[in-house]
Amino acid sequence: MTVSRSSYGLTALVVVLALLPLALPNPFYYDVAIRIAINACVAIGLNLLIGYTGQISLGHAGFFGIGAYASAILTTQFGWPPALAMVAGAAGTGLLAFVVARPILKLKGHYLAMATLGLGIIASIVLVNETAYTGGPDGMSVGGFSLAGWQITGEHAWYSVVACLLVVVTWFALNLIEAPAGRALQAIHGSEVAARVVGVNTTAFKVRVFVLSAVLASLMGSLTAHYIGFVTPGLAGFFHSIELVTMVVVGGMASVFGSILGAALLTVLPQLLSTFEGWETVIFGLILMLTMIFLPKGVVPTLRLRFAKEEN
Amino acid sequence: MLQVNGLSKTFGGVKAVQDVTFAVRGKTIHSVIGPNGAGKTTLFNLITGVYTPSDGEIVFDGENVAGATPDQLARRGMSRTFQNLQVCMNMSAIENVMVGAHLTLNTSLFAGMIRLPSLRRKDRACREEAQRLMNFVGVGKYIKSHASQMPYGALKRLEIARALAAKPKILLLDEPAAGLNHTETGEIDALIQKVAESGVTVVLVEHDMKLVMNLSDHILVLDYGKKLAEGTAEEVRRNPDVIAAYLGASA
Amino acid sequence: MLSEFLQFLFSGVTVGAMYALAALGYGLIYNASGVINFAQGEFIMLGGMAAVFLTEAGVPLPVAIVLAVAIAALVGLVVEKLAIEPAGNAEVVTLIIITIGASLTLRGLVQIFLGKGNHALPSFSGETPIAVLGATLLPQSLWVMGVTLVVVAALAWFFGRTILGKAVLATAYNKLAAQLVGINTRFILLLSFGLAAALGALGGILVAPITYTSYDAGIMMGLKGFVAATLGGLGSGVGAVVGGLLLGAVEAMTAGYISSAYKDAMPFVLILLILFFRPQGLFGKKTTDRV
Repeated sequence: MTVSRSSYGLTALVVVLALLPLALPNPFYYDVAIRIAINACVAIGLNLLIGYTGQISLGHAGFFGIGAYASAILTTQFGWPPALAMVAGAAGTGLLAFVVARPILKLKGHYLAMATLGLGIIASIVLVNETAYTGGPDGMSVGGFSLAGWQITGEHAWYSVVACLLVVVTWFALNLIEAPAGRALQAIHGSEVAARVVGVNTTAFKVRVFVLSAVLASLMGSLTAHYIGFVTPGLAGFFHSIELVTMVVVGGMASVFGSILGAALLTVLPQLLSTFEGWETVIFGLILMLTMIFLPKGVVPTLRLRFAKEEN
Repeated sequence: MLQVNGLSKTFGGVKAVQDVTFAVRGKTIHSVIGPNGAGKTTLFNLITGVYTPSDGEIVFDGENVAGATPDQLARRGMSRTFQNLQVCMNMSAIENVMVGAHLTLNTSLFAGMIRLPSLRRKDRACREEAQRLMNFVGVGKYIKSHASQMPYGALKRLEIARALAAKPKILLLDEPAAGLNHTETGEIDALIQKVAESGVTVVLVEHDMKLVMNLSDHILVLDYGKKLAEGTAEEVRRNPDVIAAYLGASA
Repeated sequence: MLSEFLQFLFSGVTVGAMYALAALGYGLIYNASGVINFAQGEFIMLGGMAAVFLTEAGVPLPVAIVLAVAIAALVGLVVEKLAIEPAGNAEVVTLIIITIGASLTLRGLVQIFLGKGNHALPSFSGETPIAVLGATLLPQSLWVMGVTLVVVAALAWFFGRTILGKAVLATAYNKLAAQLVGINTRFILLLSFGLAAALGALGGILVAPITYTSYDAGIMMGLKGFVAATLGGLGSGVGAVVGGLLLGAVEAMTAGYISSAYKDAMPFVLILLILFFRPQGLFGKKTTDRV
């Protein structure tokens, strides 16, 4: 029944995404929808790492930022075509993630949290300080995204692109979870020693999922750079990393659709609170605490359990 | 099948296992017994690669595997269960069993993401085999359940199903009857015999003497990390050193 | 040459003393519950900010300091009661996120009610620098080091000589055993939070005259305090002090000799190195999991 549930979910997602434009009255709403889709992709990747494999990453925005700045710098200062810059950024991020993954993922619990945090902070400090390339704390502007002569212009085009991406990423994630690799990842979370004795090379799998989620974040960072047309070091900052983790945790750990919901909630919230800066931080903090205390599994899994109980 | 020579493990100042030598013949049921703290679980963890030996060799199926990692040993056909139950409570019952067959399947992330048809086919076969195993060990009624919904006794058997999913040559059971009541212990007894009859060599650590004496072809007795005695159930039962270790020297 | 080195050393040890106090705070809470309190930095910030606003409202400096520490301790107790205790025996990830949430809430509230400005606390005994071997030492630095020394000695006495202190240690070694001999481990955890907050706040107050304070000063200070705690060995008192001083010194040396822009990155490079090569820190113990 897990199989049919995810097919329903995926179909529902496609329908919602296809019909949503009819409900969006103006470009502002499109902008929010596009940001939600981008965040959802990152959140899904991060959830594979945190929710399914049971690891932690408090520095994922670092990968996002590296992708964003790679695209920005390579296209603006070196004249590379955007698609190539994006791939290069992803490759670079993947390599970095691969190199640090092995030593970092040997750690557990708060040590792992600290290590990923440290990584993210180092990345954002580098971006702030290498002013010659990055434009420093004020950031730099980026051109649009074009592939083989076709440029993505306007909110409709961007929406179509990211909506398709979201569907593809969701499909990949759902497939992965049901596959032997997905079971291996979840087993690592459930009992790492049990996973090892059945033959799972736990280190290799942790590294793979870490790199996968880092690359996904980087790709989304690159797209964001072209979409917004501007990049700032805050994209790689600690607060952004926390936002991403919050999306995963609030939406539901080990739930792909939970990540989409979490991304939606936590993209809309800052928009609603944008004029109340201090309150935005307070409410974010309160949401984190309240969700972790009362809904430790996150919104979607808790709802799922409620409905399952009522069925029985 | 399995030969252990002069195996030792020291933790800081504690000699958990000292110079233990014994042999397990293929297709037999071999038990390891001893008072609490005798080093039985440590011995298990050494053989299954969870700990690295301080000294000695472990020869499995002709090769010295001392210091090999658990996943390498799994590849060679070794499976085990755990004293403190290492079931993945975040997965469904059948997924737990299916993960046992990890080494027989295509575990590439990429192939999984794009839903390769060959992978799907093999996965379906794996699921059917897992169902068969769950029935074999007697938890067939939990085929549609989540691991977190299952009672303790059923989980113990689920772990055995997972260990069997890899079609191992040797199965090491760490206190399979721990925490089980009288009836459940009888069921485990029958299950272990079924497993041995299917051609798998079984090594178990146990406290329940009746179970051990009933099942075992061969028994190894440990005390304070050292081998105290070895032999058939009758020989061990009559050994004065064994009696002294369990009941106190004066008895 | 020497005077330059001494200059960096002085400023390093001064900031390092604050890191040491923060690290002691982390260690306390970690020992009592296994939780890493990501809100520790905000306690540091609260101490400084509360002291500033109290003195600006006319409260005499010594009184303001005591009150500020008390306020921070109170906040620490509230955080434990309202955020940590309800979570029960949650997973590590969950608890980490709760403390991050608490830190955001505290920071946001300070931002709203006390504004975003930078503030300085008046130095305790004036600003005339003292000349030492060609380097200058601020009187405030002496206060920082002196008070820290007294505090560390007091803590050593508390843990070594009082029943309550020993109860805290017992809880750290084995929570279940402590409960079985009648120690109220819930109260111990509450006490630990309050004490950790007080220590952090004291550190924040001591350095506020030198480094200024603002609503977001807690983030970096908290994170670096945690680096210091890990460097020294999480849970070890000696480690916390050594780790703090060492970190402060390394940071100052980096700022002085390499680049002041990257001085903030150095603690995090350090922590990656420690976590890779010696995660238990200088004085911590290595643990193995029983299976």
